[in-house]
Amino acid sequence: MNVSVLLWGIPQAMRLAARVYPRYAARLKERNLVAQLRLRDRPVGRWIRLEEGRITSGRGIHENPDITLDFKNKAIAESFLTPPFDLLERIDAAKNFKVVLHGPDELAVWFLRTMSELQLSTWKAGTEMGNGVVRYTSGTNGGPIFVYVKDGKILRTTPIDFDETDAESWSISARGQTLKPARRTTLAAHGMCQKSMVYSKSRLLYPMKRVDFDPHGERNPQNRGKSEFERISWDEALDIVVGEIKRAKAVGPGAIAVDHGSHHQWGNLGHYLSAFNRFWNLIGVTKLMHSPDSWEGWFWGAMHHWGNSLRLGCPEFYGTVEDCLKEAEMIVFWSSDPDATYGYEGSERREWAKKLGIKMVHIDPYLNHTAAHVGGKWIAPRPGTDPALAQAVCHVWIAEGLYDKEFVANRTNGFEEWKAYILGESDGVAKTPEWQEPETGIPARDVRALAREWGSKKTYLGAGSWGCGVGGAGRGPTGMQWARMMTILAAMQGWGRPGVNFGNLQFGAPLDFNFYFPGYGEGSFSGDLAFSANSANNYQRMPHIVTMSTVRQSIPRIWFPEAITEGKAMGYITDVSSVQGQFFPFFYPSPGHARVEMLYKYGSQLFGTMVGGNRWARAYQHESLKFIVNQSVWKEGETPFSDIILPACTVFEKWDIGEWYNVGAGYVHHMYSMNNHRVISLQHKCIEPLGESKSDYEIFLAVAQKLGLGAVYSEGGTTELEWCKRVFESSDLAKHISWRQFLKKGYFVVPPDPGTARAATANRWYYEGRKKDTPEPYPLPSDYVGGYLEGLQTLSGKYEFVAESLKKIDDPDRPPLNRYMATYEDPERNPELAEFPLKLQTAHTRYAYHVMGDAEGSSLNDIREHRIFKDGHYYLVARMNRQDAEARGIGDGDLIRLWNHRASVVCGAQLTERIRPGVVSAYSGSAQYRPVGEPGRSTDLGGCVNMLNPKDSITKKGHGIKPNAVLIQVEKWTGVDTWQPKEIN
Amino acid sequence: MAKKWNMIVDVERCDNCRLCFLAVKDEYVGNDFPGVSAAQPAQGHDWLDIRRSERGTYPIVQARFYPVMCNHCDDPPCLKAARDGAVRKRSDGIVIIDPEKARGQRQIVDACPYDAVFWNEEKQLPQAWPFDAHLLDEGWNRTRAEQACPMGVFRTIKVEDGEMERIRAEEKLETLEPRLGTRPRIYYKNLHLITKCFVGGTVVFYAGDVEECAAGAEVVLEKDGRELGRATTDTFGEFVIDGLEPNSGAYRLQCSAAPGKLSMDFELGPESLYLGVLTLVPEERIKG
Repeated sequence: MNVSVLLWGIPQAMRLAARVYPRYAARLKERNLVAQLRLRDRPVGRWIRLEEGRITSGRGIHENPDITLDFKNKAIAESFLTPPFDLLERIDAAKNFKVVLHGPDELAVWFLRTMSELQLSTWKAGTEMGNGVVRYTSGTNGGPIFVYVKDGKILRTTPIDFDETDAESWSISARGQTLKPARRTTLAAHGMCQKSMVYSKSRLLYPMKRVDFDPHGERNPQNRGKSEFERISWDEALDIVVGEIKRAKAVGPGAIAVDHGSHHQWGNLGHYLSAFNRFWNLIGVTKLMHSPDSWEGWFWGAMHHWGNSLRLGCPEFYGTVEDCLKEAEMIVFWSSDPDATYGYEGSERREWAKKLGIKMVHIDPYLNHTAAHVGGKWIAPRPGTDPALAQAVCHVWIAEGLYDKEFVANRTNGFEEWKAYILGESDGVAKTPEWQEPETGIPARDVRALAREWGSKKTYLGAGSWGCGVGGAGRGPTGMQWARMMTILAAMQGWGRPGVNFGNLQFGAPLDFNFYFPGYGEGSFSGDLAFSANSANNYQRMPHIVTMSTVRQSIPRIWFPEAITEGKAMGYITDVSSVQGQFFPFFYPSPGHARVEMLYKYGSQLFGTMVGGNRWARAYQHESLKFIVNQSVWKEGETPFSDIILPACTVFEKWDIGEWYNVGAGYVHHMYSMNNHRVISLQHKCIEPLGESKSDYEIFLAVAQKLGLGAVYSEGGTTELEWCKRVFESSDLAKHISWRQFLKKGYFVVPPDPGTARAATANRWYYEGRKKDTPEPYPLPSDYVGGYLEGLQTLSGKYEFVAESLKKIDDPDRPPLNRYMATYEDPERNPELAEFPLKLQTAHTRYAYHVMGDAEGSSLNDIREHRIFKDGHYYLVARMNRQDAEARGIGDGDLIRLWNHRASVVCGAQLTERIRPGVVSAYSGSAQYRPVGEPGRSTDLGGCVNMLNPKDSITKKGHGIKPNAVLIQVEKWTGVDTWQPKEIN
Repeated sequence: MAKKWNMIVDVERCDNCRLCFLAVKDEYVGNDFPGVSAAQPAQGHDWLDIRRSERGTYPIVQARFYPVMCNHCDDPPCLKAARDGAVRKRSDGIVIIDPEKARGQRQIVDACPYDAVFWNEEKQLPQAWPFDAHLLDEGWNRTRAEQACPMGVFRTIKVEDGEMERIRAEEKLETLEPRLGTRPRIYYKNLHLITKCFVGGTVVFYAGDVEECAAGAEVVLEKDGRELGRATTDTFGEFVIDGLEPNSGAYRLQCSAAPGKLSMDFELGPESLYLGVLTLVPEERIKG
């Protein structure tokens, strides 16, 4: 179309839209301006004037426009303005200055959005249900959800029941039965509590400033966490934040540090890997390098025996639901509680297994929720001693010949050395069931019975909460030894043999693994090729502009407090592309970089999740941190440790898009195999943001605009809904449902592969000596030592009982042969710890998601297995054995104090027989922090039990946490705090 | 006869995931449903509560959970305690505490023997779970609790009382505290997992000096010379015999297997009992 006609059409379309859509007419009244559209190479153009909502326009060049959209030539203008828009062309034009914006950034973004609103105004979202109720959909960390809205308020939220137009479900035939999942989605508790979280009293609704913080005078950092906050306007808040960004940037590269929680609200756009990374890449910041803190032992330990680096050391899981139900005779759940945290999709499958007569064994000091529900033998070792138990199982197998000798001979290396160690030939100590008994507290007879049953029956090893790794004992002081033992046990039984694999039926549902929809790990519109999995698929499929931070400085997250208070820190890069990636140290400060002076927090509260949290409280008050911003939805324990608070809104108050448990390429490829159905949801903007809160994207855009980066950040004003459409169009969804239908219905169920085309079973290829045929693009081609797709990602290409890659470094915590080393946290071996006789387990919480869902006002607080209400407050529950409680005069429901030299935390006691005497269980993930006295130096009433855990690393040449077996003492809480921290570690 | 609402709760399927509890809060907090219920306070009310029960001691322990809510009794004590028709029984069986008329009537809370009525301090109002009457009236065919439950604990059914009686007998359903004569419309399946006791133990034997689990051993439980239950030990030598009355007194346990025999007497008190490690004694030694 002729460029003059195109330009003429714009004001015409705007006038028409204003007549038809009142919302559009109202928008036109927001600004008065003159916008000029023009060609650079000739005097062709059109100006548009908006004045009190009225549009006037003229041909040619206006003498004094407020903003100008300048096209290099006619061809570019035509391509840019002619729908349907070619995104590659548009992006090319924008990033190579073929189209240039002049004038105030904020005004330019507003005008571009006004142009795109022409289309958005015609879109209709949600399903009318009658009586003024509209049903929307959203996505939570606990699953997709229907949201019923009336009069601008959420009426109710429910899991999704599928209708007859949704794709068929898969079925499995096993032992004469046809098994088919229920046609619906299920939610985790932290999904079902969301309405209470939207309207909770802990919502941050206005920008706020600490009363004694003056950016131009006294900053009083020592009062963070203590002083009150006062409401300020967005303009004031943004001016302070932008002023501080400029001030910090002038100090030197890296003076601004940014951090986020381990997770964010669900959705591809709002996630930290998207909106957050994109923005900060444009600013240039010091990142906090997270360790794989839900994996640790798998990453630093197990990986060296079999590779799987792009799964953080965990095994693949394809086809295991079907194989387990058809073939397995027993499932050993080892430190494995899938009925916690991640919802209940797998629960139905475990019910099937029970009905099919598959035996269950649970190894966990706590009779966990899954164990209590499905039943079976409970084996409760002392925390941290599991590797000894596992080695004794190996001993029985070797002594009685109960292992897969063919697999061991043909597919593994180093067995003879391992065998010599187990039999005691190399160190004089045979690792017999009797040897482990005093260590683990498990009778030798139970170990023999377990080993014989396991060695003679086809057995699935459900290791860690997902069954195929993660969490559990892998997050403890002997976590690497344990995860390494899990690989050894699997290798000795012929990993990949029918009925012999990793899993607890939580992962590996027979879904379509090729239907493309990006997971949040792919970074959505971040353009971040370095710190997300953007480059694998997303970047090709959804054209958007690359972003890259120029700052090359990181701080290991677990030692952020030391980086601040001592000015230096050293960590190891969490590089998952290869096994060796984790051997690279990095140092803070980096050469030529500045020390951190400003911290920008993106929600979450590390007091509840990070080890030794009292250190954080003290670091946040350190004078070297001149400015802290907290951008957050809820007022959590950590929020007041800041100077400015920016209120973000929940997913229900903004547009986003996402697939249930789709992480994407990156670290848990095909994680959605946890679900019975792949469900992609448009996360409708169900209600307007509460108070003055804004979406994360809009907050970053507002800051960006004050730095002249708004158009760059938003790619010319792109709204969140337009980004949703771009994500939609980049995916295979667009082949199955129209955008308008999807916008209305809000979700799509991906049809599963027919039985004949299902993904091959995990590791069967390796067991049978074939090329790899499972649908994961790992390992990377250069990591095969044989031919492509042949063998494992180890130096030998085989499973290695003695890890060759560990011979390349000298790490006393990770000898190549996985010999048993008891944890330091043992009062019998280390008498200086005698005053702390109980072992504390701080596993991932069952009802909340890390800290999400635990803030004050959430309905989760009313779950008496989560928190108990006493004297006006909700206290986190700590579970302890009756014997231990009675010895201390503690009754059920009493307030108790858990303490050691690192911290002192008050919890509510739950007396139970479900826990081994000598062990206390309290979940990490408190969103609340309520120090009785000085923050970081007094008893916490909020339940931040991870504060009791040590800050030192799980391994010397790496950086990872090791909670889960720390020593504590417990007593009745007197209400008087005399506790003082001791600086031990 | 008119069809009436009932709900069946399967205790065995509940794992305390709390989705029902949260769904009820989601429904009633912040929402007024005129004629049915006033909004529930944001915190502190458990209109659908989940109660915890543990049986046994380490290492044989069972944890069970059971949802408790307004029973919508056919002979409701709350209705008797109410003044001015503040509590009414609908023809479909649902009991409604009127959110207007019941104001100030705290005795309605006290009248409920199941602790299922809560006092709303701010509104001075007794409140209980109204069986999601407003949703059923709109055409829903199940409660929010059932819709949200991932475990299949609940079944919401609308049948004539005679049909419900048949289902009750066929599926061995029970109600809470039947001795109270309140005639609840909430029925429980597998309630014995809460109300009855089990006895369990670990049977071992010695192969030379080595202690081994005695798998596949027959364990017989007798009372006054009569057999009351029987179990076979599992791989780990463990057995559980369930369904015993609390405080039912003296029992004798006998076990015989290839490695030997054992016999022991015990008293069953109010709680389930783990008898500990029981060693089979070779027959020659018994004789000897």
